[in-house]
Amino acid sequence: MKINKAEVEYIANLARISLDDSEVKRLKKELSSILNYMDLLNEVDTTDVEPTVHTRTITNALRPDELRESQNKQDALVNAPTRQNDFFVVPKVIE
Amino acid sequence: MLETARMYRHEAKSPKDLVQALLAKIKQDTLNAYITVDEAGSMEAACQATKSIEQGHDEIMLGIPIAVKDNICTRGIPTSCGSKILSNFIPMYDAHVIERLKSLGAVIIGKTNLDEFAMGSTTTTSHVGPTLNPWDHSRTPGGSSGGSAAAVAAGLCAGALGSDTGGSIRQPASFCGITGLKPTYGSVSRYGLVAFASSLDQIGPIACSARDVSVLFDAIKGYDPKDSTSVAHEYTPSVLDGIDIKGLRIGVPRSFFSQGLSEQVERELRSGISTLEELGATIVDMDIPHIKYGVASYYIIANAEASSNLARYDGVRYGARKMDTQSLSDMYLETRAKGFGNEVKRRIMLGTYALSAGYYDQYYKKASKVRTLLINDFKSAFGICDLIAGPTTPVTAFGLYDMVDDPLSIYLLDIYTIPANLTGLPAISIPCGFDDDNLPVGMQLIAPAFREDLLLRTSMTFQDNTNFHKVKP
Repeated sequence: MKINKAEVEYIANLARISLDDSEVKRLKKELSSILNYMDLLNEVDTTDVEPTVHTRTITNALRPDELRESQNKQDALVNAPTRQNDFFVVPKVIE
Repeated sequence: MLETARMYRHEAKSPKDLVQALLAKIKQDTLNAYITVDEAGSMEAACQATKSIEQGHDEIMLGIPIAVKDNICTRGIPTSCGSKILSNFIPMYDAHVIERLKSLGAVIIGKTNLDEFAMGSTTTTSHVGPTLNPWDHSRTPGGSSGGSAAAVAAGLCAGALGSDTGGSIRQPASFCGITGLKPTYGSVSRYGLVAFASSLDQIGPIACSARDVSVLFDAIKGYDPKDSTSVAHEYTPSVLDGIDIKGLRIGVPRSFFSQGLSEQVERELRSGISTLEELGATIVDMDIPHIKYGVASYYIIANAEASSNLARYDGVRYGARKMDTQSLSDMYLETRAKGFGNEVKRRIMLGTYALSAGYYDQYYKKASKVRTLLINDFKSAFGICDLIAGPTTPVTAFGLYDMVDDPLSIYLLDIYTIPANLTGLPAISIPCGFDDDNLPVGMQLIAPAFREDLLLRTSMTFQDNTNFHKVKP
């Protein structure tokens, strides 16, 4: 599978990573070569095979609905890049 | 670890003395095994353990200095994942495994180096630079738990925790001549392990012998309600004795000796398997037919899960943010561009692609179906054998930057370790010889789910009859 420049840029935007021109060029080459290798899977007949998304067949991990202590607000804010009072600050979202 | 525990009780050596000496030794370390050393915390824990031992407490883990991979959260101690984006991150809680170790009186001496977000097998992509192999400083210690493996091999801790998503405990254990266990998926809580690929990640022990690995595994295994994939299993009690391997059926898959396996690794491995045979094991010629598709399947699934897990690094609540951007969207784009290294970006891109509209069925779904076929292969295999033996890696430790421009070639080296992650099975790497450059070679054993006891006891018997694990760099 070959991947073109526009596709690299499209994926980068989906992944929210800004790339410079040299990175786009390099990734186009690298991703194409890796995806090419992954086409090896097309050799395998997977008709009627169920996919495995997880090796433990867990349906629900339930626990009693009890009141428990949670992380306190000050602790949760310790790593905030920018904060004001008890809030995380981000660039303006709505005009 | 067992030797350290014995010294504390039968020789005039206290945890306080030992940890102090160890901290001094770490200061002289040129391997770059540690990212953060917790001098104050480990001295305090060592003093506490010294008192407890004087009072006659006999818990084995008391005062044992343990190194922890820097993707496992430690309260108040930076946990960077080897990434610029988390270089200032200080967790507000301990991972479950850390809580367990602390409650047993172990000393958490520091945090070890790794490939950024555990994505890699060389420990060269960390934001603090590479860790060096204690056997040859020009070579990689393997990865991603390279810091933990190098610290154990160089005697900079008594044992260490790593994490293994596609071989990240076993491969560096093999490259550094020590013993490393990837436990059954669900047997060690992932609570507090920074997620890479959630259906594959598992924390595990690394140490100089199978007995020490067993002790450390006992300390961390078991059900934890805080990890929804943790299994409430009746875990086998601790094992410290070898096993009579007479009649044990050890399967040796033909495709584990495929193209790419170095002649010297094969030579040492065959000799290791002969040792098991001499000890009474029955060698079963068999195969795991879908091995050759493991790498492709793994790198789709792991990267798909990674692209989703790493979406959380957006610069809002924690981590390094690119300041002074014009919009929220620019903040995300710039924060992630600046915070992630090349390998992490490459994997996020691959994973995003494999999950994107139009490609989901072709890549992710296909890979997940191949995963089922691999699981079926192992199910059939364990009908005719009790354990599977093979190489841990196709080659021994290579030059630090030998393959830096060729990501696919590095991925392909994971061929023998990946199956245990895709299937959730437990697997161990133990030293079984040396190549012509005197670099350690590892043998891998794989067992049915929750049969760590069988893996560990077979390894103990092997080590009781060989000296490879006793050779120091």
